[in-house]
Amino acid sequence: MYAQMIKSEATQDDPEKLAAFQVRIDAGDKIEPKDWMPEGYRKTLIRQIGQHAHSEIVGQLPEGNWITRAPTLERKAILLAKVQDEAGHGLYLYCAAETLGVTRDELTEMLLDGRMKYSSIFNYPTLTWADMGAVGWLVDGAAIMNQVPLQRTSFGPYSRAMIRICKEESFHQRQGYDIMMKMANGTEAQKRMAQDALNRMWFPSLMMFGPSDAESVHSEQSMSWKIKMNGNDELRQKFVDQTVPQAEFLGLTVPDPDLKWNETKGGYDFTGPDWDEFFDVLRGNGPCNKERLAARNKAWDDGAWVRDGLMAHAEKKRAAKLAAE
Amino acid sequence: MRNEWPLWEVFIRGQHGMSHRHVGSLHAADEEMAIKNARDVYTRRNEGVSIWVVPAHHIAASSPSDTGPLYEPSESKVYRHPTFFDIPDDVGAM
Ligand SMILES: [Fe+2]
Ligand SMILES: [Fe+2]
Ligand SMILES: [Fe+2]
Repeated sequence: MYAQMIKSEATQDDPEKLAAFQVRIDAGDKIEPKDWMPEGYRKTLIRQIGQHAHSEIVGQLPEGNWITRAPTLERKAILLAKVQDEAGHGLYLYCAAETLGVTRDELTEMLLDGRMKYSSIFNYPTLTWADMGAVGWLVDGAAIMNQVPLQRTSFGPYSRAMIRICKEESFHQRQGYDIMMKMANGTEAQKRMAQDALNRMWFPSLMMFGPSDAESVHSEQSMSWKIKMNGNDELRQKFVDQTVPQAEFLGLTVPDPDLKWNETKGGYDFTGPDWDEFFDVLRGNGPCNKERLAARNKAWDDGAWVRDGLMAHAEKKRAAKLAAE
Repeated sequence: MRNEWPLWEVFIRGQHGMSHRHVGSLHAADEEMAIKNARDVYTRRNEGVSIWVVPAHHIAASSPSDTGPLYEPSESKVYRHPTFFDIPDDVGAM
């Protein structure tokens, strides 16, 4: 998902306090920043919320790529609004992470020097306008699948950020699907572009949910702390079951020859993504890893004088105001 | 990190005469920029007609360990709720 393979941190806390904490979680209490919490809970959350925030921010790049080349003024305004929302999502989440005792600049620096990750999906390129459709439809669609249950997560600030985000996310998916409908019902060339976008985005989208639960060593603790709400395979299945009919409606073919409805399980059988490719992308070898991190680093470095200048200006104004009093 | 913009808490009043409500926080160099950023981050869909920003370090908060002493006393005072009193239907609206 936006937060993939979050390693949960070991906790060495007083067992009595830990047990009392678990009772609160099980009772559905929200944990707030000033409440006692296990060190592992705090650290795992910083990593997870941070990775989620970074994904929203880096996720602006593949779509930002098409803003100046949107086919109409209306599409341009819509895409701009969508990308601006993603900046907002990043900010809501950074704020939630900061309540756990990490600063915004620390989080940013950990992204920029590679200590923290962002979702693998944003290391794939957006080659044609149809990719704007496929990203909204599939990538935001997969994100929604994971974010809706996270509204009930145990950490109050995270849960509140997710509630805000979910309110805005459905616009993202629908504008993407709207682009796909237009392309799929357009000229032969447009239809080919739509199919090509689906072909390239399908498996990377399935990767967003992370590796199979059987291989996710860290899920259990996060599940009992209600930091992670569902298994990876469960969400991936749900995504496939929801998305295949949507592809059929578009008259497009999901690029999986083994995709088949399974009556007994009431869901589709499908081919999983290539996990070697997934791990390779996580290691930094995806098609766009270098470009994405370079863009973020450049923005941070180029903005340094603005951040410092505005801070100096604010201090000068404060001093002048004090002197006038 | 060395020179991070301070943190501001943001409160928004919605359309229908409700009180300002805490919606989140953000970083800004000064109050003017905090209001501009709040407008961009928290009112993209007509969520508000008025914005308050407060430097986060100016917020004093109760401590979780005081929950008992602060809120338990009101638990036993059920007579503060109108439903505590049985008024016969014949009395009419009250
Ligand atoms: Fe988002
Ligand atoms: Fe997103
Ligand atoms: Fe989105």
